[in-house]
Amino acid sequence: MMLTKSRLFLVITAAQILVLIGLVIRFQVVLEVRMAEELPQKRELVRRLELTDLAIWTEARYTRHPSQADFFSAFQDGPSSLEHFPAGSVVGVPESLLPTPAAAD
Amino acid sequence: MRRLRILEHAISSLWRRRFKNFSIIVVFTLVISALASILVLTHSLRVEARYLLQDAPDVVVQRLSGGRHDLIPVSIGDSIADLPGVKRVSPRYWGYYYDGLTGGNYTLLGVDGTGPKSLALLEGALPDMPGTCAIGSGVADLRQMAIGDELILVDSGNVGVAFEIVGVFRSESAILTNDLVVFGNQDVVDFFRLPDGRATDISVEVYNPNEIETIAAKIKRAHPETRPITKGEITRTYDAVFSWRSGLMLTMFFSASIAFCILAWDKATGISAEEKKEIGVLKAIGWDTSDVLELKFWEGIVISVTSFLLGLILAFVHVFIFGASFLAPVIKGWSVLFPDFRITPHLDLYQIFVMACLTVIPYVASTVIPSWKTAITDPEEVMRT
Repeated sequence: MMLTKSRLFLVITAAQILVLIGLVIRFQVVLEVRMAEELPQKRELVRRLELTDLAIWTEARYTRHPSQADFFSAFQDGPSSLEHFPAGSVVGVPESLLPTPAAAD
Repeated sequence: MRRLRILEHAISSLWRRRFKNFSIIVVFTLVISALASILVLTHSLRVEARYLLQDAPDVVVQRLSGGRHDLIPVSIGDSIADLPGVKRVSPRYWGYYYDGLTGGNYTLLGVDGTGPKSLALLEGALPDMPGTCAIGSGVADLRQMAIGDELILVDSGNVGVAFEIVGVFRSESAILTNDLVVFGNQDVVDFFRLPDGRATDISVEVYNPNEIETIAAKIKRAHPETRPITKGEITRTYDAVFSWRSGLMLTMFFSASIAFCILAWDKATGISAEEKKEIGVLKAIGWDTSDVLELKFWEGIVISVTSFLLGLILAFVHVFIFGASFLAPVIKGWSVLFPDFRITPHLDLYQIFVMACLTVIPYVASTVIPSWKTAITDPEEVMRT
């Protein structure tokens, strides 16, 4: 019996696993380079400019600086209005609104 | 060898219904790829934020008025500086600027003149004279400007003010500086026409990191109208933003889960007459129930493992090589200035293992269970029906 199809499947699966391992090794190299070279430079920037947030969402105040937003974001532009910025549906609940361990007890 | 023969038979059986099975592999791969893309992207951003914001101010003190952020008297900083354990207090001057020309929102930030003027991720220098500024790479691209050009902004008095660009932040730092326009502190005060003795907020540096929470509590007690935000709260905010509870994650999780449930439900609610007949024939020629189940197990493994590995490879390539180009428009929202994602690949093997368990095991189970029902029925009855 030739068992060609099963061998072909095993070869394809092995090839997929090898590609995955190759990608993971490549990412590990990139990670080590960036952690050693770029991270200290970025942290120097954060320290010098006293930055508090990542510059990802610039559409509204409370999405640009989620950590500095008011307690009742994202409805701060109208307490009874629905959230109207798309990033508001991407950003999670502010830390200040999450129950603390003490409150949860 | 026996197992290999059953696998051979399983693949031949799948090959007979190849169009249906290829369709399942394509859909399953896309579902896993979408789910894995979001998981690895949010995990990487969460870890990146945790590393980067380790050097954020220990405490940022805001003043609240009517529940909203208000300008804070600089004199409050003097009383905070007197607290034991406080190393340094500095007022921060910053604000937002809507650029009508491009539709982008910039963050205008003031720096004091005491620190170093050059930074590794800054081409040129930080502003050291009135009328000069450094801009993020996003602003530079949007306005098509470089060092030496003049950036004209309209101040709070509706007067156009020209600033000479003396520095441009490198694109590697875009996740921190993309929308920044950095001035000297006095330029920000003049631009926004802030009242004398008022700042946007106050940053506090503490000698002992273990005392940050205590000092924040003391500030709140001494100045009840303020809101101290600690470094821990800042980093935990990003843990929450990129956690599975965030809107993006929940939406995609639900969509992917529903797609997967439909796929599994279709498999679990019954097998086709042709498959039933095939099981009946196998039983009639002497296969045991356990052999039939092993055959179906391998059929499930072939489809789910192939889809899982393909989906994971696609997700890795999409997120870490193409900068999550399919997800970026979803995350971008209405932001005109959005950094090019240059994601540092922080991988979580546990997360990948959980994803494998949650996709491969249910699919194999939904393949084996309906076959088991057929396999324990009398073969003659199966073939007659």
